[in-house]
Amino acid sequence: MAIASSDNAMRSSNVTRMFIYLVLLLFALFYLLPFGIMLVNSLKPLSEITEGNMIALPREWTIEPWLSAWSTAQIGVEPTGLRPYFINSIAMAVPAVAISTVLGALNGYVLTKWHFRGATWIFGLLLFSCFIPFQIVLIPMARILGILDIAGTTTGLVLVHVVYGIGFSTLYFRNYYAAFPTELVRAAQIDGAGFFQIFWRIMLPSSGPIIAVCCIWQFTNIWNDFLFGASFASGGAAPMTVALNNLVNSSTGVREYNVHFAGAIMAAGPTLLVYIVAGRYFVRGLMAGSVKG
Amino acid sequence: MAATDPMLDSGADFRTRLQTWLPKIVLAPSFAIMVIFVYGFIAFTVYLSFTGSRMLPSFDLVGWQNYDRLFRIREWDIAVSNLFVFASLYIVISTIIGLTLAIFLDQKIRGEGILRPIFLYPMALSFIVTGTAWKWFLDPGIGIEHSMHLWGFENFEFDWIKDRDMAVYTIVIAAVWQSSGFVMAMFLAGLRGIDNEILKAAQMDGASNFQMYRRIILPQLRPAFLSAFVILSHLAIKSYDLVIALTGGGPGNATAMPATFMYSYTFTRDQMGIGAASAVIMLMTIAAIMVPYLYAELREKK
Repeated sequence: MAIASSDNAMRSSNVTRMFIYLVLLLFALFYLLPFGIMLVNSLKPLSEITEGNMIALPREWTIEPWLSAWSTAQIGVEPTGLRPYFINSIAMAVPAVAISTVLGALNGYVLTKWHFRGATWIFGLLLFSCFIPFQIVLIPMARILGILDIAGTTTGLVLVHVVYGIGFSTLYFRNYYAAFPTELVRAAQIDGAGFFQIFWRIMLPSSGPIIAVCCIWQFTNIWNDFLFGASFASGGAAPMTVALNNLVNSSTGVREYNVHFAGAIMAAGPTLLVYIVAGRYFVRGLMAGSVKG
Repeated sequence: MAATDPMLDSGADFRTRLQTWLPKIVLAPSFAIMVIFVYGFIAFTVYLSFTGSRMLPSFDLVGWQNYDRLFRIREWDIAVSNLFVFASLYIVISTIIGLTLAIFLDQKIRGEGILRPIFLYPMALSFIVTGTAWKWFLDPGIGIEHSMHLWGFENFEFDWIKDRDMAVYTIVIAAVWQSSGFVMAMFLAGLRGIDNEILKAAQMDGASNFQMYRRIILPQLRPAFLSAFVILSHLAIKSYDLVIALTGGGPGNATAMPATFMYSYTFTRDQMGIGAASAVIMLMTIAAIMVPYLYAELREKK
């Protein structure tokens, strides 16, 4: 996020500034504490959580809950741990992100540099499709996946995420390419460059930042999705979010809070990592998600 | 505009024609996907909402019967009023917190570079993760209430998540935790976009800080307020994951929302016609907010 330097700062007394710092620090605590508590409790034996204080540090540190969440915890019927579902989520997210980003880039290129009558309408329809409540498409989608014989599979989920990811990826590239000098495209055309040559040689090389934004946004959305995963991927093909929810809400046996916390951190891991590594772009993606490009 | 060059000889004619058609050919798959999977599906669900579909779709029309029944179902009533309570609190509280944090962060704060990402990271997490975490913090048996007891506050009570009347507020807490940082980022970007000259002039004229914010800065943040409202209300209406992970719609159906109602009527209670009708109502609600907003945005961009 390019935040221009500005000077809205109030002329304020020291007391006011102390108050401001205090409020900001309290909120920092409010945002950090839940994750801190999750982390701390994922490293405790279960008895320390049920008998002791959730906010206290472990008396006895253990990585047992992590190992259990990863490879032995009971999820549904099988004691497989979260590992296979983690792999499902990767197998779902990587192709879905790649395909929707490529389509978005091409669409954005066409909509801005090869403008034709009705292009604004098409863009408007795509834009609205980003904001529909997905409940409206659940029933027909279930039918179509059944007809295509990919219901309950990772392939099915890839299709679903590509389909409903195109709107946003197109939005990103369209807004980005709209600011790209059209004269360059014209000049290349006069020199005899074709449609794909222009895309490949002129547009793509300068698209780095927007590709990053688009990939981060799509990855976060797709990895974090629960509704589609719960609706269309049963049993062994379920993504990580669905498996985590099954783990936490399984009605049998003792509630292993420490294992649940470890599992929750695993499910949060990839998107959190992306956020830490590319936080700047993450914010830009969120902002673009608010339509203002 | 794709220009066909009349100087090219006829041998290149096919290539030239291809070049003019290529953009549309490239856009075509996405266009087809959108027409079928978005607008076709919407039409299909709308159609189903007028049929007697139960476990499987059927095509016999029954008129407005599903809508008529939907509005008589008590659970739908509860879901709608829950959504209303949740959405209004969620939007108002997130906006207040987001705006406050943005204004405070904008006061040349040391360590802004550290604070900003801390406020924002919850947005990177899945609602399922957020729900799981908060579910256990709010659980009186092991969470905050338990901790306070151990610290000697024997009478401390915080069992909202098990309380029919209060459970919906726990969803507000978790949802605000997740999105208020994002609202802050939107306001912060808005604040940084305000022209300094006006503020300097106002300061010269002796305007107080409070006056400056009320008269000059806040009015200029109108677009940010609007975006925040649109995004938050859209998130609230769709909210499904968080409710499922945090309360599962319970206790009883004290935290049921239209999204959970739709799912359970369609897929577990075999009342697809009613499920479809509830989805149509959800779409209408979101469309009422999004369509005017997008229309205005697109016109501006032209």
